[in-house]
Amino acid sequence: MEILKPAMAGTLESSDAQVTVEPGTDGIQLTLSSSVMNQYGRQIKATVLETLERLGVNNAQVTVVDKGALDCTLKARVECAVFRSCGQSAANIPWGGAVR
Amino acid sequence: MIPRPRPERFRLRRTMMFMNAQKPGLIKDAYIYGCDSIMLDLEDAVAENQKDAARFSLYHALKTIDYGDTEVIVRINGLDTPHWQEDIRVCVAGGADGIRIAKCESAQDVKTVEAAVEAAEEEFGVEKGRTLLMAALESPKGILNAYEICAASDRMFGVAISGGDFRKCMQTTPQPDGVDMLFARGQMLLAARAAGIQCFDTVFTNLDDQAGFEAEVLQNKAMGFDGKSLINPKQIRFVHQVFAPTEKEIIQAEKILRAYKEQSAAGVGVFTVDGKMIDIAFIPGAERTLRLARACGMYEGDLV
Repeated sequence: MEILKPAMAGTLESSDAQVTVEPGTDGIQLTLSSSVMNQYGRQIKATVLETLERLGVNNAQVTVVDKGALDCTLKARVECAVFRSCGQSAANIPWGGAVR
Repeated sequence: MIPRPRPERFRLRRTMMFMNAQKPGLIKDAYIYGCDSIMLDLEDAVAENQKDAARFSLYHALKTIDYGDTEVIVRINGLDTPHWQEDIRVCVAGGADGIRIAKCESAQDVKTVEAAVEAAEEEFGVEKGRTLLMAALESPKGILNAYEICAASDRMFGVAISGGDFRKCMQTTPQPDGVDMLFARGQMLLAARAAGIQCFDTVFTNLDDQAGFEAEVLQNKAMGFDGKSLINPKQIRFVHQVFAPTEKEIIQAEKILRAYKEQSAAGVGVFTVDGKMIDIAFIPGAERTLRLARACGMYEGDLV
């Protein structure tokens, strides 16, 4: 999927993460901050990158502000931000396909 | 991925706790409270511009979190919104045990949802008939059509009244003696029993009024409800306590079932237990008491 316009998903509440995606031209540029950076920074980064790859996002600026989200929440927020940026978040989501 | 077992249409549902599907902090550990069912909400708890985000969260929660024996029901948006079809797709794809139809007013509403569920089961390769349905009656029309709604589908396991919306339509407010919804509750119970499905009461929203809550739960039990919708974990314990059978009821049920086995083997249809006449009409009630007792950890025998 191509990131067409800036989009955001998630909140700054505990156990959540706020993910912003913006159009980019030079691969994935990830900016990550997390309340549990020392313990889980690598794991969070891996989950975000995997999710983007599964969605076929190759170029984007991605900002993640993590507040201790579980992997399942991170995935949900990244996917929602990407689908929103393409204007496709409201219907016909490929559940179990690219979203899994 | 957590594969959930095939949902049971008739199981113990004393407590059904609402949870906002959009809030990761709530849904990640909802099973620890010990309610019989949780109700992940895509409807009123989720703001209009977060419906999409709530579905992504819901999908991954259903696929990732092990809810154990807790039943997972999802409340979808009303049929008058642009959201309900995608809500159904995500529920079925994620493997929710059941769907609660908001603002249900007719058998046709149930059939409309059923058709979409069936299409989604086919789309996602889910066993046909797996996803159960329940209806929330929120309007006078829903209450008047209660029986046709209850009997509209083999997937229907229960029906619930939604007090907030219903009282608004009726121009009333919660009363200590329940007179505001007495007829509606009664009509819904009749319809549910006639159709052979379960019946659940509405939420009690004033968390500071414990006495009022307890009075309502006692009335629910006396009227014959199967359970109650809840908004806070602190409400669970009292409902489980009230809906648990008493020791006397358990002993009586055991006696009845034992006597029935012996007498029917001997060719006797009607007999007495402790001076009371018993025949086959008492058996389902006694079995229900023992099943409930087992769920409450009060019975370990082998009669049910």
